[in-house]
Amino acid sequence: MAATEFTLDDLKRILLQGAGAAEGVDLDGDILDTDFEELGYESLALLETGGRIEREYGIRLDEDQLVEADTPQALIALVNATLAPAGQAA
Amino acid sequence: MSSRRVVITGIGVIAPGGVGTKDFWSLLTEGRTATRRISFFDPSPFRSQVAAEADFDAELHGLTPQEVRRTDRAAQFAVVTAREAAADSGLEFTGVDPHRVGVTVGSAVGATTGLDWEYRTVSDGGRLDLVDHTYAVPHLYDYFVPSSFAAETAWAVGAEGPATVVSTGCTSGLDAVGHGAELVREGTVDVMVAGATDAPISPITVACFDAIKATTPRNDDPEHASRPFDGTRNGFVLGEGCAVFVLEELESARRRGARIYAEVAGYASRCNAYHMTGLRPDGREMAEAVRVALDEARLNPEAIDYVNAHGSGTKQNDRHETAAFKRSLGEHAYRVPVSSIKSMVGHSLGAIGSIEIAASALAMEHGVVPPTANLHTPDPECDLDYVPLTAREHRTDAVVSVGSGFGGFQSAMVLARPERSTA
Amino acid sequence: MSGRVVVTGLGVAAPNGVGAADYWAAARNGTSGIGRLSRFDPSGYPARLAGEITGFDADAHLPSRLVPQTDRMTQIALVSADCALADAGVRPGELPDYDMGVVTAGASGGFEFGQGELRNLWSKGGQHVSAYQSFAWFYAVNSGQISIRNGMRGPSGVLVSDQAGGLDAVAQARRHIRGGTRLIVSGGVDASLCPWGWVAQLASGRLSTSDDPRRGYLPFDAAACGHVPGEGGALLVMEPLESARQRQAPQVYGEIAGYGATFDPKPGSGRAPALQRAIEVALEDADTEPGGIGAVFADAAALPALDRIESEAVTKVFGPRGVPVTAPKVLTGRLNSGGAPLDLATALLAVRDGVIPPTPHVTPAEEYDIDLVGSEPRRSALRAALVVARGHGGFNSAVVVRACAG
Repeated sequence: MAATEFTLDDLKRILLQGAGAAEGVDLDGDILDTDFEELGYESLALLETGGRIEREYGIRLDEDQLVEADTPQALIALVNATLAPAGQAA
Repeated sequence: MSSRRVVITGIGVIAPGGVGTKDFWSLLTEGRTATRRISFFDPSPFRSQVAAEADFDAELHGLTPQEVRRTDRAAQFAVVTAREAAADSGLEFTGVDPHRVGVTVGSAVGATTGLDWEYRTVSDGGRLDLVDHTYAVPHLYDYFVPSSFAAETAWAVGAEGPATVVSTGCTSGLDAVGHGAELVREGTVDVMVAGATDAPISPITVACFDAIKATTPRNDDPEHASRPFDGTRNGFVLGEGCAVFVLEELESARRRGARIYAEVAGYASRCNAYHMTGLRPDGREMAEAVRVALDEARLNPEAIDYVNAHGSGTKQNDRHETAAFKRSLGEHAYRVPVSSIKSMVGHSLGAIGSIEIAASALAMEHGVVPPTANLHTPDPECDLDYVPLTAREHRTDAVVSVGSGFGGFQSAMVLARPERSTA
Repeated sequence: MSGRVVVTGLGVAAPNGVGAADYWAAARNGTSGIGRLSRFDPSGYPARLAGEITGFDADAHLPSRLVPQTDRMTQIALVSADCALADAGVRPGELPDYDMGVVTAGASGGFEFGQGELRNLWSKGGQHVSAYQSFAWFYAVNSGQISIRNGMRGPSGVLVSDQAGGLDAVAQARRHIRGGTRLIVSGGVDASLCPWGWVAQLASGRLSTSDDPRRGYLPFDAAACGHVPGEGGALLVMEPLESARQRQAPQVYGEIAGYGATFDPKPGSGRAPALQRAIEVALEDADTEPGGIGAVFADAAALPALDRIESEAVTKVFGPRGVPVTAPKVLTGRLNSGGAPLDLATALLAVRDGVIPPTPHVTPAEEYDIDLVGSEPRRSALRAALVVARGHGGFNSAVVVRACAG
């Protein structure tokens, strides 16, 4: 079974569902390396987002690493790193 | 009107570790903790599996089978505790005009435990979207709107003046007493039965704090799980309980020769207007509440002998609060003992503010400051005197007790001896 | 200390009109917002009528960051607060933060949000509960969110006394203003028309089981058969009269002139109900004789025993048919903590326009010696009105609103 890949589009979709978008922020712009804080997402929004990703993909994200993932790039990498062994196991 | 002053003449407490003021005070002064693995339901599916539970048998404590049947646990706490406070005050409630007696009960989450279990039934374990009313208990409406707590309490003491529930999240217990004191001060009533109750230890509460990682995951060491101001703290421990006070106008309390624990000398509440759950590290709004409460009590910061902290044991709270004390008390913040009883009795959400007022009043009564248990590892950001591990004999004439809650509420109350000299 | 506290802005959301102007037109015309419940299929329940707000679009009025973390009642409250502030001509950013506060009444909190998360918990497990659950449902949420949205850091609070709580909140706001706070947003908004909220309200035994929107909620009528629940409420901008004049507020609707609250004796005690006393205390606090009151906005429980207590209290204070009594809530249903603030808004508009809104469809039973305003609005040069509200368990509150001359 091919491992699922978590993409920026997946993240944007989940962010919008769980936390909306701040006024004046264009999620379709070049946001990969922009701090979540700058994108208008505080820790609560990221906890909601993390929870939604975990439920949708059936994974558990490491709590400390989730807190440290402060950009979309970092969060996507964390999700994919978590998905990979899960995928192999399945 | 402004000359009316308000004093505490009766105290009732139910806290984890014991029912009644006596057991509560023993636990605190011995520095014992009442936190344990959750026993009310199987906590193993949850991230945080510890809580401070009260061993409470409602019928044993004087409730009739009907009262037990129709009330949520938090309401039962309130009734039993109100009766203890009334008895402790020595006030003959039957001799007071019922219209001049009011009730305020604080509660952050109302009958959430009752609602949780009833939902499970009417939804058949979450399967039914159109939940089945034929399985609903007849008193479900009393769970739906928690003003039923004020009603039960008013019935328990025969009050017919203003009655209400104050629900400002985790500052409810301070705000309910502050509100009650205001009604006495302005002359609307002569006696208030005021306090707060919560019994939130149920799956939905545990799950909702899990989701924001606010509660500690330290499941392997429940007795030492609540670590306010400690460098290894990683979340609060959920608790439950209740404290209720009899508040009276000072002169009439003196006339009847009542024991006066303390004057409710100052109280203020502010909002941070920042975030529903987050706190800015500078503690600005809590400091403002402390400043205004001191002002109302006409006391300088230096007059404060003890600070009863909110001290929930989350990373952000304890830092926020330490900053607020420095901001409001200046250099005195470093000299005054500060402690968090949540290290021993957990965080009972809306109830804890009243339970902490009880601890503060008892500290004045006994000249002993309760400790912060489980405090071994210093945190450079929390550098005050938190009275680690053991209670301290310390003459206490004036206390500040503070609370901080979801929604951004920040409250502070000053208790002081009525005969104090003021600034 | 005894300064006059006035209302300068209204934010209204009711089943028969969103916005003060639309609502007031509907109340005067007798336009009802009651109908068969449409938000879920009510056919399996004994009660099926409700007062629903239709066409409220949270996304159109609120930032998308806020919508996922708020229950419907909070969304309606936030928009109503915006409307009230705009109506008062207040830009919160221009006032000192500690000079503004929020005091709302709550009843059941964000019950629909809570239902969704309870379903997630029990059907899928604890890890399916939202990060927002810890505050989206609780009773303090409306005050907290309004405070955050508008940067209000002054004295604030939340009171719960079932359907009487809205008046208690407004009285508490008045206390804070007399204590020196310049502006408070106060009132209440509730919305619990979800299946779980419906079942909880059914348990009260007070819901009408009628299917006829015109016959479902008939207070003081011989056919009284319980009430119809609704959603919505009102938020008021309150401030000291001097401050409203100083800043040349667009209007002063009137003064919150008097307040009284009592609690009924325990059932079976043999003591008299305490409603009359709440009314008397409110009149005394307003320093007015009963003759100064031009209309009573009744609690209107629509249960014979409770209607009798209310009509007797009114008759004892004002004399038989001594004052016009109206219940515009028959057009909206009872709105939990939102109902009494909506009645306050209605009373203020009635005083402003010299019109007492009607109580359509009700024919008062002979036993009640009250002058119920019938199905047509009544012209009246009223200067003050009394709003009465009661809550399950025995809560009684009363507020006098009065025009501010000159």
